[in-house]
Amino acid sequence: MNLLKYLAVGFIFGLVLTKSEAVSWYRIYEMFMFQSFHMYGIIGVAITTGIIGIQIIKRNKLKDIDGLTIEIIDKEKGSFRYWIGGLLFGLGWALVGSCPGPIFILIGAGFMSVGIILVGALLGTFLYGVIKDKLPH
Amino acid sequence: MEYITHTWHWSISGFLIGIIMLLLIYFGKHFGMSSNLRSLCSMTGVGKHVSFFDWDWKSQRWNLIVVLGAMIGGFVAVHFLSDASNVAINPETIAQLSKFGIEAPNGKIAPNTMFGLEVFQSPKMIFILLIGGILIGFGSRYAGGCTSGHAISGLSNLQLPSLKAVIGFFIGGLVMAHFIFPLLF
Repeated sequence: MNLLKYLAVGFIFGLVLTKSEAVSWYRIYEMFMFQSFHMYGIIGVAITTGIIGIQIIKRNKLKDIDGLTIEIIDKEKGSFRYWIGGLLFGLGWALVGSCPGPIFILIGAGFMSVGIILVGALLGTFLYGVIKDKLPH
Repeated sequence: MEYITHTWHWSISGFLIGIIMLLLIYFGKHFGMSSNLRSLCSMTGVGKHVSFFDWDWKSQRWNLIVVLGAMIGGFVAVHFLSDASNVAINPETIAQLSKFGIEAPNGKIAPNTMFGLEVFQSPKMIFILLIGGILIGFGSRYAGGCTSGHAISGLSNLQLPSLKAVIGFFIGGLVMAHFIFPLLF
């Protein structure tokens, strides 16, 4: 099945994020208080692995599973949206200790209260969609 | 078995997250979780009224499958692969949190004070979780990505916009944890 590989990747993602405790409110708080290296280690190694992998892909013009040369689209240029959007996101991240991936993982793990965060996140996404054209980007 | 039920080391976890991102690239996709929130909004048919949600979200169904897998992974990890040694955070952090009335983890990944079923009876906690969610949803769409899309995918591809977003994430997070959170608890 074509979609099964996504289920498998997602499963491993959920497992890793939970077992590394990156989904833990406690770990996020501890990170922002600079009281542990744990989260910085996870993010740092993930990025290092990613940088090396992407450089290998680009330099060797590797092909994807369908045989097409892999092209990674650059992020749109800009500043305001990244600074301000990032800042707002950070406020929420530190308050409830979960970013979008962990929101879903925690609900799957049985934390019903995280459903409230998901409702909020959908409302926030919806709100952005409504006022998007009025915002500076 | 202990290797699995104990807290996974940051180096192994970080490496696996990097590999997951690269695997999705190999599948011809990309690693980004917050765009699923846009897909979920679009699924309701709201695109008829708001153009931002009028897009081909069905092309992103694979990402919703990733999310489904992640939910199952979270379920398995919490219910079958955990033990009392988990979430061994810094004792200083525990001492600070106790001043806010937030209990020590003792193996739990989230404090009951904020995530137990009792929060459904606390208008204050419902409000806090809802506001947190709104900031996450609005902020990630405004910035065009979250921790996965910008911090991991974007920085791995040496994207300057992602660096700006990630610095924004951390400024926001530090302001919340150090200045706003103590006022709320």
